Amino acid sequence: MSTTDDVLLLGVRHHGPGSARAVRAALDAYRPQAVLIEGPPEADALTALAADPAMRPPVALLAHVVDDPARAGFWPFAEFSPEWVALRWAAKAGAEVRFIDLPAAHSLALRSADDESGHPDGGATPPAPAHPADSPGDAPGPEPDPDAAAPTPDAGDPGAAARIDPLAVLARTAGYDDPERWWEDAVEHRGSAGEEGAPGGEPGPGGDSADALAPFAALAEAMGVIRQTYGDGGHTQDPLREAHMRLRVREARRAHERTAVVCGAWHVPALAEKTTATADRALLKGLPKVKVETTWVPWTHRRLARASGYGAGIDSPGWYRHLFTAPDRPVTRWMTKVAGLLREEDYPVSSAHVIEAVRLSDTLAAMRGRPLAGLAETTDAVRAVMCDGSDVPLALVQDRLVVGEVLGEVPPDAPAVPLARDLAREQRSLRLKPEALERELELDLRKDLDAARSRLLHRLRMLHIGWGEPARSRGSTGTFRETWRLRWEPEAAIRIAEAGIWGTTVESAANARAEDLAVHATTLADVTAVAEQCLPAGLADALPTVMRVLADRAALDADVAHLAAALPALVRAVRYGDVRGTDSAALGAVAHGLARRVCVGFPAACTGIDADAARVLRTHMEEVHRAVGLLPGPDAGGGPGTAPAPVPAQRPGPDPARELHDRWGAVLRTLAERDEAIPGLLRGAAARLLLDDGRLDAGEAARLMGLALSPGTAPTEAAAWIEGFLAGGGILLVHDERLLALIDGWLAAVPADSFTDVLPLLRRTFAEFEPGVRRGVGELVRRGPAAARRPPGPADAGLPGFGTALDRARADAAAHTARLLLGTLTTTDLGELGDD
Amino acid sequence: MSDSTSAATGTEQTLRPHAETAFAAELAALAAADDRPRPARWRMSPWAVATYLLGGTLPDGTVVTPKYVGPRRIVEVAVTTLATDRALLLLGVPGTAKTWVSEHLAAAVSGDSTLLVQGTAGTPEEAIRYGWNYAQLLTHGPSRDALVPSPVMRAMAEGRIARVEELTRIPADVQDTLITILSEKTLPIPELGTETQAVRGFNLIATANDRDRGVNDLSSALRRRFNTVVLPLPATAEDEVDIVSRRVGQMGRGLDLPAAPQWADEIRRVVTVFRELRGGVTEDGRTKVKSPSGTLSTAEAISVVTNGLALAAHFGDGVLRAGDVAAGILGAVVRDPAADRLVWQEYLETVVRERDGWKDFYRACREVSV
Repeated sequence: MSTTDDVLLLGVRHHGPGSARAVRAALDAYRPQAVLIEGPPEADALTALAADPAMRPPVALLAHVVDDPARAGFWPFAEFSPEWVALRWAAKAGAEVRFIDLPAAHSLALRSADDESGHPDGGATPPAPAHPADSPGDAPGPEPDPDAAAPTPDAGDPGAAARIDPLAVLARTAGYDDPERWWEDAVEHRGSAGEEGAPGGEPGPGGDSADALAPFAALAEAMGVIRQTYGDGGHTQDPLREAHMRLRVREARRAHERTAVVCGAWHVPALAEKTTATADRALLKGLPKVKVETTWVPWTHRRLARASGYGAGIDSPGWYRHLFTAPDRPVTRWMTKVAGLLREEDYPVSSAHVIEAVRLSDTLAAMRGRPLAGLAETTDAVRAVMCDGSDVPLALVQDRLVVGEVLGEVPPDAPAVPLARDLAREQRSLRLKPEALERELELDLRKDLDAARSRLLHRLRMLHIGWGEPARSRGSTGTFRETWRLRWEPEAAIRIAEAGIWGTTVESAANARAEDLAVHATTLADVTAVAEQCLPAGLADALPTVMRVLADRAALDADVAHLAAALPALVRAVRYGDVRGTDSAALGAVAHGLARRVCVGFPAACTGIDADAARVLRTHMEEVHRAVGLLPGPDAGGGPGTAPAPVPAQRPGPDPARELHDRWGAVLRTLAERDEAIPGLLRGAAARLLLDDGRLDAGEAARLMGLALSPGTAPTEAAAWIEGFLAGGGILLVHDERLLALIDGWLAAVPADSFTDVLPLLRRTFAEFEPGVRRGVGELVRRGPAAARRPPGPADAGLPGFGTALDRARADAAAHTARLLLGTLTTTDLGELGDD
Repeated sequence: MSDSTSAATGTEQTLRPHAETAFAAELAALAAADDRPRPARWRMSPWAVATYLLGGTLPDGTVVTPKYVGPRRIVEVAVTTLATDRALLLLGVPGTAKTWVSEHLAAAVSGDSTLLVQGTAGTPEEAIRYGWNYAQLLTHGPSRDALVPSPVMRAMAEGRIARVEELTRIPADVQDTLITILSEKTLPIPELGTETQAVRGFNLIATANDRDRGVNDLSSALRRRFNTVVLPLPATAEDEVDIVSRRVGQMGRGLDLPAAPQWADEIRRVVTVFRELRGGVTEDGRTKVKSPSGTLSTAEAISVVTNGLALAAHFGDGVLRAGDVAAGILGAVVRDPAADRLVWQEYLETVVRERDGWKDFYRACREVSV
């Protein structure tokens, strides 16, 4: 054993349940007075909290630079992490606990130095908060090495390729292509295979101590050989870290009779090495240093998992947890759990399935020459036996059990999370004091300070920290104005602590939360709502993810109503992006895709539906119509800040916005001209929208109305058509007497028994007209059908209260204003025009 | 996926020798080299069966050709299932080598792939249980001699692997006769007051098409007796283009269609469309699309291209163009006139329209779609 009598070196695999069991057994056998653990020494003061019953793993030690919380490192601990087991063991046995890794003060400082030299354009702050320690599933060494684990995808570290993965080397030597599998077979399963059937993990009192230590000796030996061959294996910070560890081990040996060290197996040979204290101290001299604070934060299994995009981690925290907590027969218990989950989700799974699944996984393991069925075998067996070969229920198992949704808890007396500090800092710099008294805040977004305040408040809303609620602006309705109602409630502190899981700064946390919201949204409209929120909150990092989710959802959503409901918010977001000058090109592209899908699906969605569904779709039709009109071309966002020209510029070549407009127009025309399969309400509304848009001239409108009101049509259907057509306002009837005459004629022809059926519809339609319009229509009708049927002459001489001809002089006076309003000339043209 | 070009060295004049004949040499070499434990009446160990299907090199230098090109996991689960005396159900769309795998599994495990029941809508109970030799029955009365055993019954008696092809085409009541066989491992013969009990080594491999319409779904009681393995479609576009080109080439010769080099582009396009609609995501992984109700199997892609070739040869100038395959694709994709047409139009408008070099295809498809 590479250990002298007063020190026990326990080389482990971070987050390895087998290692954790072995550590517990070894500690029970050796009973050390001090336990040294690989981790930042700044956290020594926090070890007492680990014994707190309110502390529930997974949790992470967080060290961050005091005035820059974005520079932070995490040391996650799961229930099955050997380090956590050692922490809890020491708390129970009353042994002293110390963290012995290189202080975070140095490692964080070293990291930022690296960043500056390594990424000249990346700046000192990486785009996403690094989770350096989130790595260490497979590499037993470099967990808290903020640099080796470099999990951010942009870590194009030149050294990364040169670093070796010691486990991979061992696995290759043993003939395995997958290091995880080798580790499972060689280490994790050895323990549990031996204990199969025994009440697990806890060897009897006074268990054979040599036996408890044997795996560590073997592993240390193997690592020793690897380090002889590969040196530091490209882990450049390791000599520093190991020198620091040795110093701390020496201190502990002087103070205690028996010391146990729990560290990555990779470091064991270096700790056993004979060096002098002076040499180690010399190595550590003159390291850069920053001021660091540490605290515990809650963690999740998903973050431990590699799949969450946080870089290297472990694939299957839920499975590991199961291996660690199952008292015996882990495979059988696992299959029972899987069956329980599938039953909850209404898959028919019986006990016979469980039996067969266990048999199949055991046989598979035997055939593959493995000592015990592992995750691969159980997954194959579950798929073949319980899921009928389908991957759909299997994905559920993967998500809920193999990864597992476990959220850690931290006692309330843990030091404040960096998010709270970051918020406090922002509040100071934006001069926004948290006050319990409610007050209103008017923001003018054209000012930098107010814009930043608005962003902060929007971000907090994204994090569900309810400090500010948007209120309706009094007075001005300009888009550059925002009104907030501010009120700081004590619960906000709790919300902040909860939100701490999303990130260390308000911005990064809001980004992470937005992405999560989008990914887990249930409906398409929810995703668009998130997208809409992202823009005012300035969450540019989250936008690509949100957009991807949005495009995927839109592609798969078969319900046009959902798409139509999502479009207006998205178009608003595009417009908003334009006003703010944010880059909304991606947003525009997605909006265009969505609009095209709506165009394809809308006519089909309108056929064969009842009156209520038609009413819903009518609303959608109007909103989509407005949205399509507002939507700029995907790349037309050109000049940020400049007000978009009121009249779409006539560009040479095909203009996507124009084209979309035409396509939507074609859809409306199809609807307006289709037969009875489409409810009258929708046909009428489509005709009206076309008429208002100038795509349908009055003559055609009259033809359509004539068709809809012809005697062959059922009176209720015709009344619905009128409702749809006139919903846009009744002034039309005052101006175009042909239409009024058609309605009048139809109404007179409605048979007496049907009249009572159509009356409520008509009453509702006409009741929504403005009183003046109603009166006008009434007067026109009173004058009798003869007068109304006159062909409409130019300037319609007969209108009561109007002259017989146009008064040119008076009209000219109003013409300037009218043209200004229409946007056909600008104020600068006025002078020249005045001369005309 | 299936490697049908491998050493098919049938000795006689048979058009297609059985797997155990065609690969007799490999099977013998594997059995000789195999020193692992074998289940009762198995010709070789499960490990050797997996090697036979997936290919490899034996210690004595014999090269075993791969019979199935696909995930190793699938073959391992299939072989292990047979060893656990659970029945094996191979699912997959047409053209995923279900039958091929089942034949080779039976050949490797019991050296006999001929105990086969072909499932059709008219498969009677006798095909799964037993029938009678009526001449015998009338002259001598009911006896064992008058009984005509089905392949399944023979497999039970001899401890071999029985195969049922197209299980879901068999009427539901006939399917259910398998339940007793698979759960009790016995076949009662009430007419004689006796039974045939399965001996060790007996098992059953069934194949079924999981996306076809108009099939008889397995009852849950029967389904519970099977371990299910889904054979996937070709993993990469390259593989699939390869399979389609090869088959189209063979069929084209059969139909005396002229071969032309510019097939390749159009085949790639057809395969791309099929893969994207089937998989619900474009090949670049950027855009999701809806999937239509049809299966869009490789076999259908082959028929679309062959049809297109015939069109081009007989009514066009012999060059395969977008217009020749467009109608075929539309027919394959739009099976449900309402829902699928929508899916197809959305795909055209959001994916095909914007793709470089696909203008002609887009136009051709719009022409036939309207």
